[in-house]
Amino acid sequence: MPLIWLRVAVAFYAVGLLYSLLLLGKKGNLLAKVVEPAVGLGLIFHFVSLVEYTVLIGRLSWASIHYSESLLAFVAMVVFFIFFVGYRTTSPGIVIFPVVFILTFASAMGQKPVTFESPALRSSWIFVHVMMIFTGYAGLFLSFGASLLYLMQERALKAKSTDGLLSKLPPLQTIDEICYNSLLFGFPFMTFGLIAGSVLAITKYGPYFFTDPKILLSFIMWIVYLLLLYTRWSSGWRGRRAALLATFAFVIALGVWAANSLSRVHRFPQL
Amino acid sequence: MNLIVIGVNHQTAPIEVREQFAIPEARLPEAVKLLASQPGIEEAMIVSTCNRVEVIARARDAQANLHDCLEKLYGFDPQPYRKYLYEYRERDAVRHVFRVASSLDSMVVGEPQILGQVKEAYATARAVGAVNSQLDALYARAFAVAKRVRTETAIASSAVSIASVAVELAKKIFGNLEGKSVYLVGAGKMCELAARHLLAHGANKIYVGNRTYERAAALAMKFNGEPIAFDQLYDTVDRADIVISSTGAPHTIFRREHGERFLARRKNRPMFFIDIAVPRDVDPEMNKVDGIFVYDIDDLQQVVSSHISDRRAEADRAEAIVQLEVDKFHARLQTIDVVPTIVSLQEHLETVRQAEIDRVRGRLGSLTPEQELAVEALSRGIINKIMHTPITTLKSAARESSESTTVIELVRKLFNLRDAHRPETDEASAAISAKSGGRR
Repeated sequence: MPLIWLRVAVAFYAVGLLYSLLLLGKKGNLLAKVVEPAVGLGLIFHFVSLVEYTVLIGRLSWASIHYSESLLAFVAMVVFFIFFVGYRTTSPGIVIFPVVFILTFASAMGQKPVTFESPALRSSWIFVHVMMIFTGYAGLFLSFGASLLYLMQERALKAKSTDGLLSKLPPLQTIDEICYNSLLFGFPFMTFGLIAGSVLAITKYGPYFFTDPKILLSFIMWIVYLLLLYTRWSSGWRGRRAALLATFAFVIALGVWAANSLSRVHRFPQL
Repeated sequence: MNLIVIGVNHQTAPIEVREQFAIPEARLPEAVKLLASQPGIEEAMIVSTCNRVEVIARARDAQANLHDCLEKLYGFDPQPYRKYLYEYRERDAVRHVFRVASSLDSMVVGEPQILGQVKEAYATARAVGAVNSQLDALYARAFAVAKRVRTETAIASSAVSIASVAVELAKKIFGNLEGKSVYLVGAGKMCELAARHLLAHGANKIYVGNRTYERAAALAMKFNGEPIAFDQLYDTVDRADIVISSTGAPHTIFRREHGERFLARRKNRPMFFIDIAVPRDVDPEMNKVDGIFVYDIDDLQQVVSSHISDRRAEADRAEAIVQLEVDKFHARLQTIDVVPTIVSLQEHLETVRQAEIDRVRGRLGSLTPEQELAVEALSRGIINKIMHTPITTLKSAARESSESTTVIELVRKLFNLRDAHRPETDEASAAISAKSGGRR
């Protein structure tokens, strides 16, 4: 059953994906009215799927890459909706929707019952660690998406073209606020998530865990995250430079995700 | 009436070219005077706004060429700019004058400022005596037409002025204008208008910088703003989020390096420069600085063009009114042109007839009153029959502006009508302008 709910959610997220693509093709008006309820419904089905899955297995199952994908997508959507309520704009969805769609799609297509079980994963520390890291990711994704929008809007304003995207995107300052606030929102989660992870790892593996590629990348990502905030505080970086930095952080985040396959201490089970 | 309009506007010429032709307000009387004193020019006026510079002249003969006058006026050869210049004559010129006054030729169709600007240009030309009889009649009518368009169509009710376009763009950048500050560079009317709009939409702080501090202070007082001495301009401009510049400076005031400095001091918070000056105050290079957005008067036009379609229907109605008025005005003018010829033709033939009757009277002997009447009727009949075609031709030629002069000349030559000067014309046009409630 949870798989069916997840696939229903994927179908709804597909509306979001289509909306993003159409918006880039400058024909977004068609779906503008249905996109909010669609992804909202998607989110509900997604939630049902996650809960049911958890109940079925009897615990949260980080060990499955598909479960993690699904969870990360879910958290990203929740953060998106938090900002949607605040700013009443679906524009960051242009970036968030495709990411969420890909994550849930991969999860829905590849999901199998999980048999792997590690006692280490039972700890509630793990729960804290994963949820916080994922929320941090979600903030970073949203900020990355918004910074791309900022670039688009900035370019449109400078090129003085009034049609197309410019008329649909929110004002520059609103995008900028989303960009910054989602970073601010995600940063403490990311920080405490990493601390929780480190505490866990030190107690389990000793100090050597630091040489693990996944862990190293995670810390680099955290530093870039910090750098993003710092340049913003100190000299108000936004626009092109901030977008470049955010893209960098996003790429590292993808690397961190992918590094699971290289990691000794942080590996999804082979299915 | 040998009316000629020549000029550049926002449609025909980019701002770089309009800058070349712009005549500052202070120089305008002198320029109009110079223009009107050119050989072959009877009357002239100049309309110079940020969107258009045009010369309206009445020449002595229909083929007059204004290019030489332009060269005198500007001190450079206008030939290289030929492709940017538009030129209208006679009926088209009348139509153009009416359209401009009615704000149909404006960047923002229906915007109210142009009528005031044309009125000022007219007043300036009158004051120096460059406008007297016929342009008077034309402009009296033009102002009446503008009023008619304004009251009979909704074109002005939804008018988007430059100012409201500026507000719209500012909102695209800053979202909410609440708490934003505005810096006016130059204390012109456009600045004031734009500031008023921005304040109405939430901006709460106004700075005014002007070369003459007193004017800055006077304007600042209106908005409860802060006047700033011009020599502190570069140190203070970065306080504002929105800068509206409309000085009469001949070269740019803000350049790229200024922009970079402002932004560094503002910690990269965006700035919006609205440059409504012609020649421009802000170097277009500044738009390339991250976080600075520069819109000049042409860019505003682009934004505006999207609104124009909304008013298309009203504009069409307004155009119809203008067309009707042009026809009326022109018909009247042409009749004035042709009437003296018809009158003198009739007089001429009447003299011939009388002379001939007197000549043959002796040979006819005594006639009964009936016979007398018959001779009168006969001679009159012949003349009227012969006259019929030339008069109809003259009247219909009056409606075809291209032909009227030739036909009139021909008739005059054929019948040897010599009263070349027609004093009735001025009286007649005076009558027209008085009738139309003109400004005499």
